[in-house]
Amino acid sequence: MALDKATVTRIAALARIRVQEAELDPLQASLSQILGFVDRLAELDTEGVEPKAGVLSGLPMREDVVSDGNCRDRILANAPAAAHGFFTVPKVVE
Amino acid sequence: MSTLNELTLAAARDGLRRKDFTARELVEAHLTAMAASKSLNAFISETPERALAMAAQSDARLARGEARLLEGLPLAVKDLFCTEGVRTTAASRILGNFIPPYESTVTANLWEAGAILLGKTNLDEFAMGSSTTTSAFGNTENPWRRRGDNRPLVPGGSSGGSAAAVAARAALGALGTDTGGSIRQPASFCGIVGLKPSYGRCSRWGIVAFASSLDQAGPMTRTVRDAAILLRAMAGHDPKDSTSVPVAVPDFEGALGREVRGLKIGVPREYRVPGMDPEIEALWQRGIDWLKAAGATPVEISLPLTHYALPAYYIIAPAEASSNLARYDGVRFGLRVQGDSLDALYENTRGQGFGAEVRRRIMIGTYVLSAGYYDAYYRKAQQVRTLIIEDFAKAFAAVDAILTPTAPSAAFPIGEKMEDPIAMYLNDVFTVPVNLAGLPALSLPAGLSADGLPLGLQVIGRAFDEETVFSVGAALERAAAFEPRGPRG
Repeated sequence: MALDKATVTRIAALARIRVQEAELDPLQASLSQILGFVDRLAELDTEGVEPKAGVLSGLPMREDVVSDGNCRDRILANAPAAAHGFFTVPKVVE
Repeated sequence: MSTLNELTLAAARDGLRRKDFTARELVEAHLTAMAASKSLNAFISETPERALAMAAQSDARLARGEARLLEGLPLAVKDLFCTEGVRTTAASRILGNFIPPYESTVTANLWEAGAILLGKTNLDEFAMGSSTTTSAFGNTENPWRRRGDNRPLVPGGSSGGSAAAVAARAALGALGTDTGGSIRQPASFCGIVGLKPSYGRCSRWGIVAFASSLDQAGPMTRTVRDAAILLRAMAGHDPKDSTSVPVAVPDFEGALGREVRGLKIGVPREYRVPGMDPEIEALWQRGIDWLKAAGATPVEISLPLTHYALPAYYIIAPAEASSNLARYDGVRFGLRVQGDSLDALYENTRGQGFGAEVRRRIMIGTYVLSAGYYDAYYRKAQQVRTLIIEDFAKAFAAVDAILTPTAPSAAFPIGEKMEDPIAMYLNDVFTVPVNLAGLPALSLPAGLSADGLPLGLQVIGRAFDEETVFSVGAALERAAAFEPRGPRG
């Protein structure tokens, strides 16, 4: 299935990826090519087939208890910006 | 002692225990080999000081007679495994300066078994690729060259740095990860052995996630025995990974001597794809003949959905990737590119932090999961996955293992297939179905192409029956007598 430019722009916005104007044409072409390839699945009749998210089932659950924590500084060690023990982001509330 | 790096992992283990040489000498030989093969760009980060410190500890234990499973054996680790205090990049700009405050379970298992870290190897960015040419840290070169042609070749991917390091004798063995062929295809391209274990055999905890229902860690080595040794140390149940399966870890090395006489070996007719390279077809036939000569019975089988595995994979893997990679938002770790709003910060960070192939796959994944397309793409692919799992289950009711080629070609020159994503994706046509079904599969070098490049065969087993895979692999290895010689020799 061929995507139009507006759809490519919409997907990029959904994925929170800034796409430069010059990238739009090649992206439109390669995304359309990949979707054309995967469209092959439409040939198959899968009526009534149970979809599987993975190959395993019935795995044990661990006990619902705290097993980790108290490591704020280690969590913040890789933060691009932190202050007073918190991550910081641009202002979102005026 | 300059040739210690030529030893197999098993021979190095035995030599250390006999005190023929020390762990320090073994590490030094590998550091020399790493320096000599620097132009391959197999490593993103080298950790020589840490390697020498670990060697000192191993030598002390060896002297006390307290050697553990992998005591003193220097290994390389794909830069997708988090290593505490050692930069872990996933070959991405977005994680370019990330220093994990924790250790992945699989690497922790290796260090507890006495292994030594030489460095972190290059890969396709976030393990998305089949050529190790999408890394933010440059291409890795295959140590092999075509006869009479000096163009640098890709090592395959995504675990191309690990494969190149092992082939170049810069590590006794290495860790890779395999989501659609990322251990087996580079193993085939570089003339080494690579195993993707059963899904759930090795913990995924602390491995940078690509597609969580498909990713699996595995060993890359120069012999089947070495892969068996390494897997034993890597594997095991981990409560921190809910998809890690609580089953005992067998002594895989013990399975190597098992007879293949009487085993039924499936040969799937759908893998004879149109336009198949006659060299690959001949190699496959040789493999069938070798197993027949060893007393196994080849059986033609059908895996009717084979043709649909790659399209299903290219919906499922990007869908999972788009979800997994949502965490790279410029807030908690990794690259941040400023913007005048929070959304602008996200978009700038992700637009500049991810390379072209990763951006493309995230967008495909976002699209197939988006409202209105979920059923037509993602749900459909999950249904096809069910059918592929059933195909293999039917086949394994009649056979003990399946033999196929690993890849449709030998290594190709760097730069080829770069413009056409589908041509690149087709590298994984024989390996992807195995990931969708969660099965174990081994690639081993079985011969050379007419122009002198290694070609691999793939042995697929039932879930959690790596032992049969190893025994069939060992029989093929004996018959192929592929000399793990220097690739340039």
